[in-house]
Parts: sequence; structure tokens; C-alpha cells
Amino acid sequence: MNELTRNAPPDPISLASHKDASAKIARRRRLRDRISGIALGAGFPILLVILWDLAVRYTGTRLIPSPREVAVMMYDFSFGGIYDDAFSGTILTHVQKSMERVYGGFLLAAALGIPIGLMIGRIKLLRQMLDPTISLLRPIPVTAWLPLSMIFFGLGPNAAIFLVFLGAFFPIMLNTVFGVRSVDPRLFEAASMLGCSGSAMFRQIVLPASLPAIFNGLRLGHGFAWILIVVGEMTGVPTGLGSVIMDGRNLSRTDLAIVGMIVIGVLGFATDWLIVMLNNRLLAWSPQHHE
Amino acid sequence: MNNAAMKATRPTLAINHVAKYFDLKGSSVEALRDINLTINKGEFVCLIGASGCGKSTLLRIIAGFEKASSGTVEMYGTPITGPGPERGMVFQDFALFPWLTVRQNIAFGPRQRGLAKDKIDEISGRYTEMVGLAKFADYYPSQLSGGMKQRVAIARVLANDADILLMDEPFGALDALTREKMQQELLEIWQRTKATVVFVTHSVEEAVVLAGRVVVMTASPGRVEDDSRIDLARPRDFSAMDFNQVRRDITERITSHLTTGKTVAKAA
Repeated sequence: MNELTRNAPPDPISLASHKDASAKIARRRRLRDRISGIALGAGFPILLVILWDLAVRYTGTRLIPSPREVAVMMYDFSFGGIYDDAFSGTILTHVQKSMERVYGGFLLAAALGIPIGLMIGRIKLLRQMLDPTISLLRPIPVTAWLPLSMIFFGLGPNAAIFLVFLGAFFPIMLNTVFGVRSVDPRLFEAASMLGCSGSAMFRQIVLPASLPAIFNGLRLGHGFAWILIVVGEMTGVPTGLGSVIMDGRNLSRTDLAIVGMIVIGVLGFATDWLIVMLNNRLLAWSPQHHE
Repeated sequence: MNNAAMKATRPTLAINHVAKYFDLKGSSVEALRDINLTINKGEFVCLIGASGCGKSTLLRIIAGFEKASSGTVEMYGTPITGPGPERGMVFQDFALFPWLTVRQNIAFGPRQRGLAKDKIDEISGRYTEMVGLAKFADYYPSQLSGGMKQRVAIARVLANDADILLMDEPFGALDALTREKMQQELLEIWQRTKATVVFVTHSVEEAVVLAGRVVVMTASPGRVEDDSRIDLARPRDFSAMDFNQVRRDITERITSHLTTGKTVAKAA
């Protein structure tokens, strides 16, 4: 570039069109990025299925069904018309029952875990009173509560909800406590000098400041909720994805068990995605917690 | 005496015999000893001294974040017992609410007072404009530069009708160019709002640029060593002879204490 053009003011028209073009390039790059991301993310499970298929063929095992057999089972489970047995076309009933229990237990855990966590994090007296008990209860595996929960709630869905609740409650509550405890004390000072105090402080400072940690807890708790539904539905309920998997095991119908696993995986994936979307919406202010 | 008359006759801030002790690993450390200062309406006072002289502690006592171990701090004759909207603190690390936009941060104080929504919008709009952030009103703090963040912090305090601005090394985290610009803006705001400013710094130059009065503090324990006016005309010129003279004087007052300390140590 020579001296003259370098010093000349840029021509506004060419500048505008240049800006337009660079925006277009950036948009195209983002799109390409996104497509390659999706392709990679979807490609890997496809690769796993191919490996699974090859492994079944190569070993000639009868114990594990091939992907094709599982796909057929999935079709029958969803729409019926192939095996016409007790499981044909029943997917919606099982999904609905399991979702009721998972989300029932999960929402109960959130409804109790978040406020209790906020209070324990903020009120020293409460912390001193409850901390030892929580530390004592927390290492007990949720599955160990199975016998007691069956006594408390009998054979039925309530025992499953209770287990899901227990599994989701601790991560949600403990992450909330952690979030409250790690709020920058300057923010409390800033709020109090601006005339904020008492319960307003809770709503306006403590809650939003600990929201990133609360969302971490919700995501963890949600994961545990789906893990525990299988255990919960082993307690003698006739419907639900956990009971389908148990039936598959008892009837030596591994294809049925795998179908149950896949449905749980997909549902868990979808709900986690919803939580992440909500997370991104509510935490738009925090670049670290935006995914 | 009614309220307005009291405001007119009583000093804005009266600090009487304030001492402060901290517990450090079981032993008591004297941070402030017998501080006496009277600050009048509209003054721009810089507290200056080496680190550990208790200048920030004194500021935090005025803000109400800390309690004096003995002595009193009174505002318009009323003892200070805790933080309040009439004394607005501007922190070095900004302490903005990261989940609120620029406009919402500035509206935080008025919202606490329960004003009507259009009144809150009017106030936050006015102060967003005043600190030159109208274009960034809907940005979050994480999207702003350090200088912009500090402008929000100042506007947030002004929007709450603070009589006194308490500033704890507010420009310490900024780069040199931004710092100079912010100093000029702060002076403009001070002249326009006629607020009283208590400004903590460890930069002599910053104190001489800003202050109408410089209070030099010395460390262990923190005491007021010197209290003098700066009568240089504004706007002040860094490169002027009289500016340098004042800067040298104050630097000497800070360091004379350090050298006397040394001679005492030698004699002992």
C-alpha cells in the first residue's frame, strides 16, 4: 500500500460493503463450525454402534443382541405389530410413569434443596446445627435406603419418588450452600450501603449470586434422578422404564433391557439440554457459566 | 433544631478519637490511634499514606462496614452505626452486581427506596448518561472495560443521592491513561454535584491532582501525621512548577516519618 492510500480516509461505501462481507464470512464460519460440531457429536455414537455390530458378528454371541435386533425391539416397543406381547406399543405408558417419578422427585428435591441450601449457607446457627447431620447422611448410598423406603412408602411409586428425591436433594442443596458461601462479601457491602437489607438481600443478592452454583447442582441432581429411577422402579412397580429393564433381565430379553437403557439415555439427554438452555438464559451475564 | 438547620450547622463528618484494634491470631493489633478529623460539605479530601497506615480501615469505619473500637464518627451530628445510602462507597474492585446490566446496577439504590418505576428509569437514565455510558446501558459488567466498570460504580452511588462519596483506591486497578481520564471525570462530577469526597490513595500525584485537602497518615499504629490544604488552581497541570513543589512537600511528609523511624532504631 502506498503512502497516499494509507492516509486517505476510507471510502464510506466500500467500508460498509466490506463490513457486510466480513459479517457474512463470520456467519458462514459459525455455521460451518456448528455443523462440524454436530457431525462429530453424532458421528461418534454411530461409530460405537458399528463397532457393537461388528463385535456381535465376529464373536457370534447369543447373549448380546445385534443393533438390528434392538432396533426391531425398539420399533415393537414403540408401535407394536411385530412380537405382539406385553411390551408391544407400551413405550408411552412407561415413559410417562418414569417421567412422573423422576420429575416429581427431582422437583421436590429442588423445591426443598434450594431454599434449605440458601438458609444453611447464610445462617450460621443453622449451619452449625445441620452440618454434622448432613455430613453423616451424605455418604450413605441412596440404594441403601431401599429397605427403609419400602417400609415407609410400601411397594409402589412413592418409594421410587423418595429414592429419586434423596439422590437429587444432596447435590442440589450442597451446591446451593457452596454458591452462597462463595458470594463475594463485597457484594453484600455494596448492597447494604445502597439500602438493601434483610430478606431483600436474600432475593436480590444471595439468590442471583449463587445461581451458577445452583444450576450446577440441578444438572448433577437431574443426572442422579435418572440413575435412581431404575433402582426405584425395582421396588415392585409394574410400569416404568426401570421395571422394563428389570423385566428384560428376568425374561432374559436383553434387547428389551437395552431398549429401556436407550430411552432413558435419550430422555435424560433431552432434559439436560432443557436445563442448559434455561441456564444460558438466566446466566447470560456470566461468561464462565454460559455454554 | 430541625433537620435542614442541623445539616447546615453540623459538619458533614466528625471523626472523634477513633481507635481500631484487630484480633490477629489471638493478639490485638492497633490499626488506628486517636484519629480526629472534621470534614465539611463539598470538601475533596484525600487520605494518603503507605500501605498498613489504616487509611482503608478508616474509610470502612466511615462507611459503617467496620465499627470503631473506641471513639465516634458522626454525620451531621448523628452517630454512624452501619452502612447507609447517604455514604456511598466506590471500591477498588468495583463490586458491581454481575447479574444486572449497567442501567440496573445504577437503578439498584433507587429501587431499594421503593420509588415508582418511571422515577427509577428517569434517575438511572440520567446517571447512565452522566458517566457517558448511555450506549452501554444494557451491557453486563463482564462486557465492560475497567474504566467503564468504575464509572458504573460511581454512578450507582450518585444515583442514590449519596452526600459523601467514599472512594477506596478506586482507580488503582486501571491503566495509567484510563486513570488520568477518570480523575478528570471525577473532578467534573464533584464540581457538578457538590458532593463531599473522601478518597483513599497511595499515589501522591493522584492526591495532588484531585484533593483540596490532603490528610497524610502514618503506619503502626495508623495516625494522622499531617493535614493540609492544596490551593492550586484547577484544572491542575502535572508539569507546572507549583504542582511539583506541592508533590515534593507531601512526599517529604510521608517519608520523613519513615526516616525518623530509622534514626530512632539506630539510636536504640
